[in-house]
Amino acid sequence: MEEILKELKQRFSIKDPEKKRDDLHFVKIEKKDTIAVLTYLKHYGGFTHLAFLQAVDRIEDEKFQLTYMLYNYKLKINLAVKVLIERYQAEMTSIHKLWAHAWQYQRELKEMFGINFPGSPRVDESFVLEGWSEKPPMRRDFDTLEYSTKTYYQRPGRSTNDPKKYMKKKLYKNFAKSPDNGRKNG
Amino acid sequence: MKKKDINKIEQEMKLANSGLSEKEKTLFSNARPAPVKPLNKYLEKFLNWARAESLWILGYGTGCGAIELRPLMTSRFDIFRYGIAPRPTPRQSSVFIIGGYASLKTIKRIVRSYEQMQGPKFVIALGSCTINGGMYYDSYYTINRIDHYIPVDIYVAGCMPRPESLIAGFDKLKENIKAGECDGMNRYAENFDWYKNNQKKIIKDWDMPDYNW
Amino acid sequence: MIIKITYAIISVLVAIIYGLSLNGVVRKIYARVHGRFGPPVWQPFVDIIKTHGKSVAISHGIMYYLGPVFRLAGGLGTYLFIPVIFGSVVFSNFSMAGDLLLVMYFIFFGQLGMALGAGEGGHPYSPIGISRGLSQMTTFEVPFALSVIAIAIQYNTLNITTIVAAQQGGILNWTLFTNPLAVVAAMISMLGMNMHSPFSIVLAPQEIPIGPPIEMNSSFLATLQTNRGLFGAAKLVLFMNLYFGGAAHPNIFVALAIMIVKTFLIYMFSVFVGAAFPRFRPEQSMRFFLKWPTLIGIAAIIIVAYF
Repeated sequence: MEEILKELKQRFSIKDPEKKRDDLHFVKIEKKDTIAVLTYLKHYGGFTHLAFLQAVDRIEDEKFQLTYMLYNYKLKINLAVKVLIERYQAEMTSIHKLWAHAWQYQRELKEMFGINFPGSPRVDESFVLEGWSEKPPMRRDFDTLEYSTKTYYQRPGRSTNDPKKYMKKKLYKNFAKSPDNGRKNG
Repeated sequence: MKKKDINKIEQEMKLANSGLSEKEKTLFSNARPAPVKPLNKYLEKFLNWARAESLWILGYGTGCGAIELRPLMTSRFDIFRYGIAPRPTPRQSSVFIIGGYASLKTIKRIVRSYEQMQGPKFVIALGSCTINGGMYYDSYYTINRIDHYIPVDIYVAGCMPRPESLIAGFDKLKENIKAGECDGMNRYAENFDWYKNNQKKIIKDWDMPDYNW
Repeated sequence: MIIKITYAIISVLVAIIYGLSLNGVVRKIYARVHGRFGPPVWQPFVDIIKTHGKSVAISHGIMYYLGPVFRLAGGLGTYLFIPVIFGSVVFSNFSMAGDLLLVMYFIFFGQLGMALGAGEGGHPYSPIGISRGLSQMTTFEVPFALSVIAIAIQYNTLNITTIVAAQQGGILNWTLFTNPLAVVAAMISMLGMNMHSPFSIVLAPQEIPIGPPIEMNSSFLATLQTNRGLFGAAKLVLFMNLYFGGAAHPNIFVALAIMIVKTFLIYMFSVFVGAAFPRFRPEQSMRFFLKWPTLIGIAAIIIVAYF
């Protein structure tokens, strides 16, 4: 694995490689290098499998973070390639030529985050949401509670309890006196 | 009244079916559902007994609660002994079990299946999600109250209710049917416009007839 | 004439009640095998009352309306030309010369009517079920027809009453012992007729929800259910008459008891086979029927005709 990372470093500008576990590594790359890095990893690094493609909404930085999770069957190693893209009018190069099944992930991202992947097959079709006309719901500035109260009828009289406090009050009244009280997880 | 006026009123009573294309409009019925009056007292009582003793479930698992239906049919809980049986098609079944949360995508199918069932039909709503949204009360795609979209006869609370409580729900449903209180079909027909408005408010891409006969 | 009609009505009612109770009993037996209590024996009757008592019924057109009617007519026709109890006035129905051919025609007739009716329902699964059902039916008719021909040659008649009469006077006079090959061919084709497990692809509750009657609702379905009881009883009685000596006794109730025991055992044959074997695909079941049972049927004819 170290060798592959070294090779990568020589060829592309990659930032803070991170080793989470023996079989799980993270690297950050530039947006313009994405296709080159992924192609290199697929054909020379042995990462032949795209496990998933997912997005995180980093609204504070005005960025979307895309994570390409790759898997190497020989070394049995996961490598996550992270790319930051602009949040405003988000657009990314499609990778369906590299991994054919990526079109489904890209279609989902288009629907849930509003990230466009020009040229990806059927990217404009609805994936889960039927007839959705609002803001893409997984963006963090979409207020799902407000939308829910506005659209679906709330039944009055609903109350919420924090399970931990509630159970303490209800069942474990003598909890404080019990000798186990000092333990970490209660 | 003149014949012209009668025709006009009849025209207004028909459903618009505006979700369909011109070609499809000829294929679907545009009649409204009408409430059905009960037969004479003793016959209706006898039929209600038969309806209660032979409940056919529509085999459409609409949410996570559908998993609770499987143990009911096998040897541990065995609902067959209460005269309850699963049925694969809405045309032949009389009980619709809403198994937990219903997403927008599911509610469209729920409405469609419910309307295709032949009355008298009963609805059992399973789990907290159907009552007030449960743990999905703030979700953008999960409806909160199922009774605004189809009439519900019995709620079984819990997250998820165990098969035992589902059997208790069936018992209660049987009692209510025998007492002649389960008239969900008539409620649906009488408040048809209200139900339709609620449904159309959330289902944006309405591409089916207004009433699925 | 009126007496004859009254007798026919009594006979039909007995057959329906018997057929439905048989269904209930078999469901109970299946349940006990699974380790369940199972539905009550009278559950099929409650189901029929309920489906008749539905307040709404959707029809898809004239043929759809006529489908269940044809089916019930097929069941009635099959039943009414079979003498249920040999020598009884009430239960001899309309048996006459050549009724065997008529009965075989009626067995097919109901299915054809049903095919037309279910096709108009418009659900894509019903044509699938129909095509499977009719093709399977055509193939299991072959060994059954061969077996019937063998019997006709053996007894030199096409009248069921005469065939039953020829089998009286001891268990060794039954066709089962005088012409075993024909009985084997017919019993195998009965497996297909009863649509129990190896040949249950037509109704296939999992894959094509319920096959041909998928769109049938309310009273249409109730008619089909009634017919299932009647037709089931009629088939069993036919087999009992042709192969197992019929039911004959001076006392009519003893004769009915004999009929019930014999038909129950015949039915149990297909239930046991159904419990033991998994389901065939359509082409497998067709090949099966056209292979061994057909050869056995031909052998039965050859043996009867030339030896």
